Amino acid sequence: MKVKVIVTLKSGVLDPQGKAIQQTLNGMGFANVKDVRQGKYFDIDIDENDEQKAKQSAEEICKKLLANQVIEDFKII
Amino acid sequence: MNSSVIIFPGSNCDRDMDVALKKFGFKNKMVWHDDDELPNSDLIVLPGGFSYGDYLRCGSIAGKSKIIQSVIDFANSGGLVLGICNGFQILTETGLLKGVLQQNKNIEFICKNIFVKVNNSENKFFENIDKDVLELHIAHNEGNYFCSEDELKSLEDNNQIAAYYCSSDGKVDDKSNPNGAIKNIAGIFNEKKNILGMMPHPERMIDQSLSGEDGSIFFENLLKNL
Repeated sequence: MKVKVIVTLKSGVLDPQGKAIQQTLNGMGFANVKDVRQGKYFDIDIDENDEQKAKQSAEEICKKLLANQVIEDFKII
Repeated sequence: MNSSVIIFPGSNCDRDMDVALKKFGFKNKMVWHDDDELPNSDLIVLPGGFSYGDYLRCGSIAGKSKIIQSVIDFANSGGLVLGICNGFQILTETGLLKGVLQQNKNIEFICKNIFVKVNNSENKFFENIDKDVLELHIAHNEGNYFCSEDELKSLEDNNQIAAYYCSSDGKVDDKSNPNGAIKNIAGIFNEKKNILGMMPHPERMIDQSLSGEDGSIFFENLLKNL
């Protein structure tokens, strides 16, 4: 089954790319954009029919590789 | 003294490091990342470059390669490990060193000479070094060292900060911080000080006619301490 994972920077961690995007949007006229945080999205196909087991694998994958938990959080959706 | 330089797909400072180590008298071997075992070594070097094209996060894929378990075992048994630039990133990704190297604060790839102040010389890397301000070279997009406040406190308490970015006369200030690194940190040790990770490249400063020679001071001193 397919598992979707989103990895984002923890709040408080500087995100210079997000900041640049926000400033560009402001410059383009989107004056109401107050903040942008950039993240990563993963579509993972796991050979597993049991949703619980697939999500368990995904969690381990996130902890061991996809997210660096010093600065990043992950969400499995 | 025997050294080994690990080559990952995308490493690009491996041969510079080989030249530097041999110039100062190391018997150096190049080791492929997919090998199982390390040759008998007094020093393991993880070189600079862009292993695996910096995919996912800098150093994250290289940090899972086959040879890394041997590097971790070697380091945990007290062996000397040096990670330069991408090598530093790999060391943080394996957990051998604390923290993480984030994208430079100004979102620019920085390639220039900088100065670092050696902060701790009670270790094999810097013991008895003649100069405490060294002119070295940096070339990176992700050199902005970051760690949690607790980690920073423990790095400071255990004297694990190896070097700070500074001015030519050794002043550690915001102006001499090239990439936004927390507290101007250019390099750190593990707790036992047998693992050193730093962003600046000493191997690029070993020839007066090409650059400078403060890298020579680093390598000559390291060899003397082994």
